[in-house]
Amino acid sequence: MSDNKMSRIRNFCIIAHIDHGKSTLADRMIEMTGLLSSREMQSQVLDNMDIERERGITIKSQAVRLIYKADDGQEYMFNLIDTPGHVDFNYEVSRSLAACDGAILVVDAAQGIEAQTLANVYLALDHDLEILPVINKIDLPSAEPQRVIDEIEDVIGLPAQDAPQISAKTGQNVEQVLEAIVKRLPAPSGDPDAPLRALIFDSLYDSYKGAIAFFRIMDGTIKTGMHIRMMATGAVYEVVEVGYFGAGRFIPCDELSAGMVGYLTASIKTVRDTRVGDTITGADRHCAEPLPGYKKVLPMVYCGLYPADGAKYPDLRDALEKLQLNDAALMYEPETSVALGFGFRCGFLGLLHLEIVQERLEREYDMDLVTTAPSVIYHVHKTNGDMIELTNPTNLPDPSEIDYIEEPFVSAEIMVTTEFIGPIMQLCTERRGIYLGMEYMEATRALLRYELPLNEIIYDFFDALKSRSRGYASFDYELKGYVKSDMVKLDILVNHEEVDALSFIVHEATAYERGRKMCEKLKEEIPRHLFEIPIQAAIGSKIISRETVKAVRKDVLAKCYGGDISRKRKLLEKQKEGKKRMRQIGSVEIPQKAFMSVLKLDED
Amino acid sequence: MQKKDLSLYIHIPFCIRKCGYCDFLSAASTPEERAYYVRVLQKEIRAFEPLYNIYRVKTVFFGGGTPSVLEIRHFSRLMEQIRESFDIDENAEITVECNPGTVNEEKLKCYRTLGINRLSFGLQSADEKELSLLGRIHSFDDFRTNYTLSRRLGFDNINVDLMSGIPTQTIKSWENTLKKTVELAPDHISAYSLIIEENTPFYEKYTEPAGRRLLPDEETEREMYRLTKALLGENGYERYEISNYALAGRECRHNMVYWTMGSYLGMGPGASSYIEGKRFSNPRDMQSYRDYVRVAYSTYKSCEPQSKKASMEEFMFLGLRMSRGVSVSEFERTFGESFKELFGGVTDRLIETNYLSLHEGRLSLTDKGIDVSNRVLANYLLP
Repeated sequence: MSDNKMSRIRNFCIIAHIDHGKSTLADRMIEMTGLLSSREMQSQVLDNMDIERERGITIKSQAVRLIYKADDGQEYMFNLIDTPGHVDFNYEVSRSLAACDGAILVVDAAQGIEAQTLANVYLALDHDLEILPVINKIDLPSAEPQRVIDEIEDVIGLPAQDAPQISAKTGQNVEQVLEAIVKRLPAPSGDPDAPLRALIFDSLYDSYKGAIAFFRIMDGTIKTGMHIRMMATGAVYEVVEVGYFGAGRFIPCDELSAGMVGYLTASIKTVRDTRVGDTITGADRHCAEPLPGYKKVLPMVYCGLYPADGAKYPDLRDALEKLQLNDAALMYEPETSVALGFGFRCGFLGLLHLEIVQERLEREYDMDLVTTAPSVIYHVHKTNGDMIELTNPTNLPDPSEIDYIEEPFVSAEIMVTTEFIGPIMQLCTERRGIYLGMEYMEATRALLRYELPLNEIIYDFFDALKSRSRGYASFDYELKGYVKSDMVKLDILVNHEEVDALSFIVHEATAYERGRKMCEKLKEEIPRHLFEIPIQAAIGSKIISRETVKAVRKDVLAKCYGGDISRKRKLLEKQKEGKKRMRQIGSVEIPQKAFMSVLKLDED
Repeated sequence: MQKKDLSLYIHIPFCIRKCGYCDFLSAASTPEERAYYVRVLQKEIRAFEPLYNIYRVKTVFFGGGTPSVLEIRHFSRLMEQIRESFDIDENAEITVECNPGTVNEEKLKCYRTLGINRLSFGLQSADEKELSLLGRIHSFDDFRTNYTLSRRLGFDNINVDLMSGIPTQTIKSWENTLKKTVELAPDHISAYSLIIEENTPFYEKYTEPAGRRLLPDEETEREMYRLTKALLGENGYERYEISNYALAGRECRHNMVYWTMGSYLGMGPGASSYIEGKRFSNPRDMQSYRDYVRVAYSTYKSCEPQSKKASMEEFMFLGLRMSRGVSVSEFERTFGESFKELFGGVTDRLIETNYLSLHEGRLSLTDKGIDVSNRVLANYLLP
């Protein structure tokens, strides 16, 4: 790189709806610029975590530096920052976007624009990014590139007639994308000699190096050995290592300057000290103003996580602590349940985030977990004027102390082909949605706008949406605010004893239905005992639903033939073993998975 | 030196045809296979000859399969081998399981000559439709003929196996089976419930919804069980074990050995043994069994006795199968442990809820406890 190197840097990300081929395109670009030979390529290089590869989603932001020799004979430095696509991880998207100057918008040539495509485009426009549309999957028989190009122009208003038409899978026309990055995306601006101003867009914990901050330098230069200051916390560190991103690894170098993307380590103990959105400046020569940061991300969904084996509580605490080092959005605090013992109330960005944390705990930390029903945060206004932010239904104050309850609403955009408008509108109505309007994207597709209670979409809304549209609907939402609602706490009594971990808060209008389904579900889950077990749903002291688990009337050992005792022993042991996976509530044993059954009330 | 008591179980893994519900080790066979098998079995019996001077055999039980499919000459050779290798008590109870379709006058006479003094007929049902559904090869008349013949030949101790819970069975047909059996006045009646075991044709058929509908429901089965106890009781048969009924003094001594943790040696593939506190069982397939026979005795010698914990558990869950139950003081004498400390909590709870009763220091299952004995007995497994 020569003196005018800044003009030959491109910092960009790829944005797309899930499955439109974002990671495949990134892989192809890494391969074509020679960073890795195709032999070394493992599919989806940027998705490091097992869960990311398996689920085909990106959770954490990743970055990689590519060197591209363009048609003009010059070498260009590309910093590709991979971003998550799912709404739960919007905060990750928005922080990566702040480190970019441009974005490649990948749209599937068969599917066209989807709800997340739009959401991501709006985010990119908010960050003043130049957007380069790319039509992917032209190798599919059902591909209609021209229709999709017209759609991009009509719906988003982006010129797209000369958008590269590619197949990331086969590599067809991908070189056009590389050339378009050079020609159509802007180079960064900034002054390498000005005081240091760098934005932290992500961070990662490494047990040897401590917290690793990922940053984009706006002005100035970062060198090994220099003293830096985190502007939000005021903490000063000496830079131990500075470098850039290879494919899946860190490559140290001496210095990085304005316009560049890289990482640094400085013996920083936790990721909380490398706060995402914070500005890094020089300890001696500092800039006047910090960069505009990010909105602090707040959990939207809470649930209780308990170790299946009560003795593993300290292990769960350690695992959460370690996980939080890498996932600043995860919140947790200890709580106790009568039914489940010691555990944690954890806050998540959404249900996918919850599932991923749960899966990582089980997989990476070998934890066996019991999860309680997820809950949103309710604002409970008490008659004495206090307001409680309620995350655990068990803590709902006595009704006599409650003035009113507010629940969170989201604005949702659902994109759907016209034939499914009816079923989807019906679904939204069932979920207490407020219809705001509908726009036709083209003759066969429409965008529905709704306000929906968050509480109605955290369970299984996404699944219901997919099944009622045969997979064609897509969905995106953002928190809108709190609305006064008639919420009640539904308690579940098993053998006349209230099981705190099964309580949940529900709208009055759906309470009966939910209570009934809950009782039915529990009836299936709770094995028969030697006595009859009533399962009741109650609001306050009023029983609204009841089911009964019949008593076992007969369970006799078979013929004990030829003195084969071991076989009989195995049978008895199996019976006893089954009990271990149960939670004892009074004299009733409840299987651990019953506590999760509330999640699946709308199946079948 | 006083010899210790021993029981022998001899497994004959052959049948004319395997029944659809059967998961015991058995199969159809050729005369050559049977002859060969008897030779292998003789070898295993000979291997245990060193026990001759230590043990006196009090009971012998030929089970199967169908022991009565063995040809007379094979059976004789086997019995002679047993008498040669073991010290058989002159009052020993020697039982042969018979399929009513596989015995005849010649065979029964031979059994008498060989000192067999107890027969066990696998009748299962007196209903022809149920018999064919089970895949039995005999009719009720076949059974009655052979039963009467046995009596005439002097067999004075006969058991009849019956089965409740058969597909399509009703309370009425079960009652009929019981009555027709009682009319013949056998000394002992075993009344089992059909258990649908995995890896049997019945499992495939009767765990499907359509098949399941043919099985008597839980309530009907319980009703059958109550009826069995009442009807047999009226006729002088006392229930002395969960599924076994006998006229006074006609309890099966061999079975009692299992429940009271007496010593027994099992011969043949898959047979189980309990001797010198050691539990072990033979390889199940014929090939491995044949190889095993050569090392059977040394294997037994090198086997470790089972743990005290396992023995205490078995004392309880086997002993409680008997109507007379277990003696708390005998438990404490045998193991030198406090019963209360080990099982006090759970026992109190089971007595309180009327699953067990405690009478003159003996703990036994109540009728309510018998219905769900699996659940009750599982409480006696120690942590």
